[in-house]
Amino acid sequence: MATRPIKFYQVGSHAAGNRLLDPELRSVAADPNRSNAITKGHRACQGCGEALGARYALDAAMRATGGQLIAANATGCLEVFSTPYPESSWQMPWLHSLFGNAPAVATGIAAALKAKGRSDVRVVGQGGDGGTVDIGLACLSGMFERNDDVLYICYDNEAYMNTGVQRSGSTPPAARTMTTQAVGEEPGNVFGQGKSMPRIAMAHEIPYVATATVADLRDLEAKVERAMEMRGARYLHVLVTCPLGWSCEASATIEVARLAKETGLFPVFEAIDGEVSSVSKIRRRRPVEEYLELQGRYKHLFKPTRREDVLAHIQAIADRNIERYGLL
Amino acid sequence: MDLKTRLHVGWIYTRLQEDFTERSARTAMFQIRIHGRGGQGVVTAAELLSLAAFREDRHAQAFPSFGSERTGAPVVSFCRIDDHEIRTREPVSEPDALIVQDPTLLHQVDVFGGLRSDGYVLINSTRSFDELGLGEWTQGFHHERLLTVPAWDICRRHIGQMRPNAALLGGLAALTAVVSLESVTQAIESRFAGNLAEGNVAAARACFEHVIAARQVYVDA
Amino acid sequence: MLEQLEGSRAVARTVALCRPEVIPAYPISPQTHIVEALSAMVKSGELAPCEFVNVESEFGAMSVAIGASATGARSYTATSSQGLLYMAEALYNASGLGLPIVMTVANRAIGAPINIWNDHSDSMSQRDSGWIQLYVESNQEAVDTHILAFRLAEELSLPVMVCMDGFILTHAYERIDLPSAEQVDGFLPAYEPRQVLDPAEPVTIGALVGPEAFTEVKYLAHVKQMQALDLIPELSRELSGVLGREQDGLLRRYRCEDAETIVVALGSVLGTIEDAVDELRERGVSIGAVGLKAFRPFPLEDVRAALGHAARVIVIEKALALGIGGIVSQNVRIAIAGSAAHVYTVIAGLGGRPITAASVCRLYEDAAAERLQPLTFLDLNSELVERELERTRARRRSGPHAENMLRDVGVVAAGPV
Repeated sequence: MATRPIKFYQVGSHAAGNRLLDPELRSVAADPNRSNAITKGHRACQGCGEALGARYALDAAMRATGGQLIAANATGCLEVFSTPYPESSWQMPWLHSLFGNAPAVATGIAAALKAKGRSDVRVVGQGGDGGTVDIGLACLSGMFERNDDVLYICYDNEAYMNTGVQRSGSTPPAARTMTTQAVGEEPGNVFGQGKSMPRIAMAHEIPYVATATVADLRDLEAKVERAMEMRGARYLHVLVTCPLGWSCEASATIEVARLAKETGLFPVFEAIDGEVSSVSKIRRRRPVEEYLELQGRYKHLFKPTRREDVLAHIQAIADRNIERYGLL
Repeated sequence: MDLKTRLHVGWIYTRLQEDFTERSARTAMFQIRIHGRGGQGVVTAAELLSLAAFREDRHAQAFPSFGSERTGAPVVSFCRIDDHEIRTREPVSEPDALIVQDPTLLHQVDVFGGLRSDGYVLINSTRSFDELGLGEWTQGFHHERLLTVPAWDICRRHIGQMRPNAALLGGLAALTAVVSLESVTQAIESRFAGNLAEGNVAAARACFEHVIAARQVYVDA
Repeated sequence: MLEQLEGSRAVARTVALCRPEVIPAYPISPQTHIVEALSAMVKSGELAPCEFVNVESEFGAMSVAIGASATGARSYTATSSQGLLYMAEALYNASGLGLPIVMTVANRAIGAPINIWNDHSDSMSQRDSGWIQLYVESNQEAVDTHILAFRLAEELSLPVMVCMDGFILTHAYERIDLPSAEQVDGFLPAYEPRQVLDPAEPVTIGALVGPEAFTEVKYLAHVKQMQALDLIPELSRELSGVLGREQDGLLRRYRCEDAETIVVALGSVLGTIEDAVDELRERGVSIGAVGLKAFRPFPLEDVRAALGHAARVIVIEKALALGIGGIVSQNVRIAIAGSAAHVYTVIAGLGGRPITAASVCRLYEDAAAERLQPLTFLDLNSELVERELERTRARRRSGPHAENMLRDVGVVAAGPV
């Protein structure tokens, strides 16, 4: 379905009223008959962006496929909090194998369905940033290269959170983690090359690549639906706030995610066959500081002294994204 | 081949069969070792030989001495032929027959190692054993069982390629009678197609006849 | 039907007759011919419906098999050596999840130093991964055992590894009786999973299990392996009937009745050992051989019964537990605990070094003359080792061991020819 920008006049909250929309345009989450693929009772932290994102994404996928969906999940927060022994909050067929193989397991599921003539049943592979951009990268790249019929969703909270907040290939520069601590002359994570998984996915020229955040859940749902209209390898990279790991208020999950977009640090876009096809523009541009200030993992950039050099460096990254993707 | 020659060939062949039967009575298993270089089809030669034996309803085991693939490097393959199941898997260390596909190996690799004193040797060369500098070495062996055959020339003529692996099996059939020429040509036809099959069959036949003629010299002498 | 063909190809054709639905494959010597043949069969449509997935690593291969098997598809792959190690995590995952995947391991040595030739260090390193391990002596047995493996795996819901000596069997051309489609179909029904990912009946597979139940889950896995001790002979008997050819079951005895000395081994070397036994028997020696087919589960009772009366047991094995000695012999010792028999461990054939009938005969002679040590490395070049040790004593920066010794030996490959 085509997105239609709707202006809302609101005060103090970003909640968009579904009742203002035609029923068929309302979000999946608003539907009392949604599948609840991840039902309540899971053990996610208060304010967990991943639980929010996964819930929206999977219910959207379930609706798009009429419930004919199987999920392969990497080891990580999502897997752990959704299956606390002896319970499971999954109301769809779900397989957890290993940390680094979710894309390959998903490939296997899709291959089995194809061999059995059951291509009506669709496959989602999912994992965190660690399982996707680091240890799972080879399997993911193989899946892309073969164009296996899988939608892979990465919930990116920018570190190995489930094991206690260690740095991953997705951890942004200057961020504090337990293995990039806020000590020494260059506290926090180094300014490396970064690893843009969406761009790597685009380099494979797969049918569909998109990024999203938990600040715009309707957009996330729409992208999942769009992805499920296609066949072949599809990749969705979702920025999910982790209040614990980022040291921000649990109530600020959505606000922080929105600022990631509005500063330009997390570009939101779609790409078809390796070319950017649409961009979600910044509504009101903010300086990166406003985003960084909300998170304790960047505290050392402000106290005891302001690190103007680092802030400027991060701002330059945002500026570059804005220019590269045409975010304004 | 005219009738007289054909009869003569047949007679020689019978002599060879007797030769072979006599040794068969001692030990049924016949072991062949083939030497060549990577890219010359040494492994295929052993396989074809095993196929030929299979066609005669015998058991045969063919395998290479394994190594990383590399064109030009010395390669060895083995074939065992027997009337009953072959259980052993060790390399052939005491061959009954040797085929040397590439004469440049002769003074580089110990191709003759372990050859039985009543063993057969077939070397791809236009020169004789003496001319190859192997005259002295032949002491202690049966001279009529050590032959050279100009396989490259034969192959160039019949196949247009200088890969003598299948052709030399025709020579082996003539020399040892461990398999018949018919079985060798059938094996070739089952593995190759079209011109390649035809050419190799013709080359095998030519090698066979060359060896028969060469042995005739010994018989007459 | 009798055919003269390469072992790998025979295995591929037999696996194809077992109707696998998903075959993920990553190449590694010396398994390549198997997966190449299967890929051609899938691509040409000869093997259908089947998805052949060219994966990016062995870890990917086993992971794809896991996903496919959990979705109810019969899954197969093959690997060797380093590849088996690379999928080690996934091996444990597959067995822990109870997925009936069948895999051919074309046995090859594990580096460093890198070596592409046969020994059992690869599969032995994964003996406790929860997979059933079956070792075959010949290509005929390889063919027959793959059919058994699929049925065994699916009845127990456990993965099965069929181990065949790399190069020695995989690349040998020999006479093999290939089964017909009817024969295989008669023995191997369609796969009916105990657990399956199905939108109609959603299940969660792969949840965390804490201290409260982990022991029980593992115990159940052990129980299932023990069930294989009964199931393997039972299915082997059934398969013997279907193929018209005697199958070995858990182990094979060769001229063991009243044998004073018994040689124990796994895999293709048994053929050579049987030749040696015949030769020695002709000389009046009381000797026999036991070939272990099932290594996991380890058939303690059957081994005990087979070796019970022997005074001497010579275990010839193609792998070793560095720092202690034999692997197979350790397991054999457990089986015959309490017996007065002398058990000798002979490490042989490492990295593809040939084992000859003559060496086996010499081993017997040494054992009979009480010259054989409890742990022996067959045909060891002690001088070579001593010279390297001398180098290490002489200089701190003595250089890499392997390269030093190779230079010492001469760069041409070691071996009798």
